[in-house]
Amino acid sequence: MADLAQASGSGELVGQRLRLAPNYWPFVLPALIVVLAVIIFPWAFTIWMSANQWTLGQGRSFVGLANYAHLWSDERFWESLVHTLYYTVMSVVAPVILGTFSALVFNARFPLRGFLRSIFVMPMMATPVAISLVWTMMFHPQLGVLNYLLSLVGIPAQEWIFNPRTVIPSLVAVETWQWTPLIMLIVLGGLASVPREPYESAEIDGANVWQQFRYLTLPMIAPFIMVATIIRTIDALKSFDIIYAMTQGGPGTASETINIYLFTLPSLTTTSVIRPRW
Amino acid sequence: MTSRLLNRIALFFVALVIVSPVVLFFIWMLSLSLKFEIDNGAYPPILIPDRFAWQNYAQVFRENDFFLYFLNSILVTGSATILALLVGVPAGYGIARLKADRAAIVVMIARMTPGLSYLIPLFLLFQWIGLVGTIWPQVIIHLVVTVPIVVWVMIGYFEATPIELEEAASIDGANSWQIFRLVALPIAKPGIIVALILAVIFSWNNFVFGIVLANHETRTLPVAVYNMLSYEQVSWGPLSAAALVVTAPVLILTLFAQRQIVEGLTAGAVKGG
Repeated sequence: MADLAQASGSGELVGQRLRLAPNYWPFVLPALIVVLAVIIFPWAFTIWMSANQWTLGQGRSFVGLANYAHLWSDERFWESLVHTLYYTVMSVVAPVILGTFSALVFNARFPLRGFLRSIFVMPMMATPVAISLVWTMMFHPQLGVLNYLLSLVGIPAQEWIFNPRTVIPSLVAVETWQWTPLIMLIVLGGLASVPREPYESAEIDGANVWQQFRYLTLPMIAPFIMVATIIRTIDALKSFDIIYAMTQGGPGTASETINIYLFTLPSLTTTSVIRPRW
Repeated sequence: MTSRLLNRIALFFVALVIVSPVVLFFIWMLSLSLKFEIDNGAYPPILIPDRFAWQNYAQVFRENDFFLYFLNSILVTGSATILALLVGVPAGYGIARLKADRAAIVVMIARMTPGLSYLIPLFLLFQWIGLVGTIWPQVIIHLVVTVPIVVWVMIGYFEATPIELEEAASIDGANSWQIFRLVALPIAKPGIIVALILAVIFSWNNFVFGIVLANHETRTLPVAVYNMLSYEQVSWGPLSAAALVVTAPVLILTLFAQRQIVEGLTAGAVKGG
């Protein structure tokens, strides 16, 4: 057997392998065509179109960077940028902290762990529009269940998404509710690879739970928290469904992020290129 | 021993607190969907009403054409997923074997780009080909969601399967299609299931493409439930019932395919960094 294994690594067979190396491009080709058509083409077209003034039915003209200059001078654009930043930072920080904490809990052993974890990940897969509409009802200032729950512990009623000051934090709460499980799953994956031995010696040295977390666990799961943070940042920047379904950027423009701003631009909604038809 | 037991019980209660927002939300959603308007408007709120308003569900299907929209959702998600598997599984295989990292990066960026940016160019394209008004624009644009997921998951799977078997088959005279079909594909079956489930869920949940591309006849469920808001007076009961009907299929899938979903999402995530 040993001889055989050695022989298979010999020069002659390696040469044969190279000669027989199959052509893999035909496998990639169909997907390549699809990706070119539905992904690459829109990217290129968008860049090209951004240098043109184009109203459908009236032809187009090349305007260079004028569209960008227009954007630059639009106060709403800058305002939406600030909203996006505010929304994104909060929708990253809260889920990452809560998700890491939940991962530490779910990494320990306790009764019904698997069952509780199954329930915990459900929001992540739920249809964002559907849950947003239910959250909207729960946020209702007079009839919503949230204000009722607050009243039970003596906190005055809030206006949630109906007040410009609290609308973004309220939306972030929904985003956090939905996406903390993903952070939890990623960090939990990291915790599974943490070795047991260092903790035993730390315990002998008298390190308490916090010290064990701070100096052993955290450094070891840091890369996973990093990955989770990057993914969360991308998703938070992309966030559209929750905001659009719950506030459409309102009240006024208080929760208008870049995505919502772009969607409500006149060129998109009124001048007939694309308009929701209902 | 006792302290360890106490420890576990304490952890159980901490976990219960962590899970409670999820449980309370879904219970409240169910409660809203089964109450008459008078109970939904009551203060303090009623969790379990005296009479259940089962007709909320009937009303969603009767008055809001939800049978049609359910069918549309199945058609769009089904077609977009099948097409994505047909092109994406071989592509994942090819990219893994070619070690074409740049192709993988394109797929990654595609996953990162907001769906909104695809809408105008593809809409104009659909208009030009004359597909507007049919269900096809939605099927095609959902490929933006499903193809990258399938390719991404499959690259990971094929990279993890040993190449030695394929080389043996090659020496036995199998051509590359036979190797893929008879050797690589059967081993990758669990990966295909993971890709299928994730593609189905993300396509089913998609909203932004539908609000622009769908008309009255071609709406999918997320758009249909959102459109219930535009009626004069929004009744909470039927609206919640509709929301539950929209999201129930993916929630059920999530409970049954938990392991695959966790595997697919975290594998992609850890690779993605």
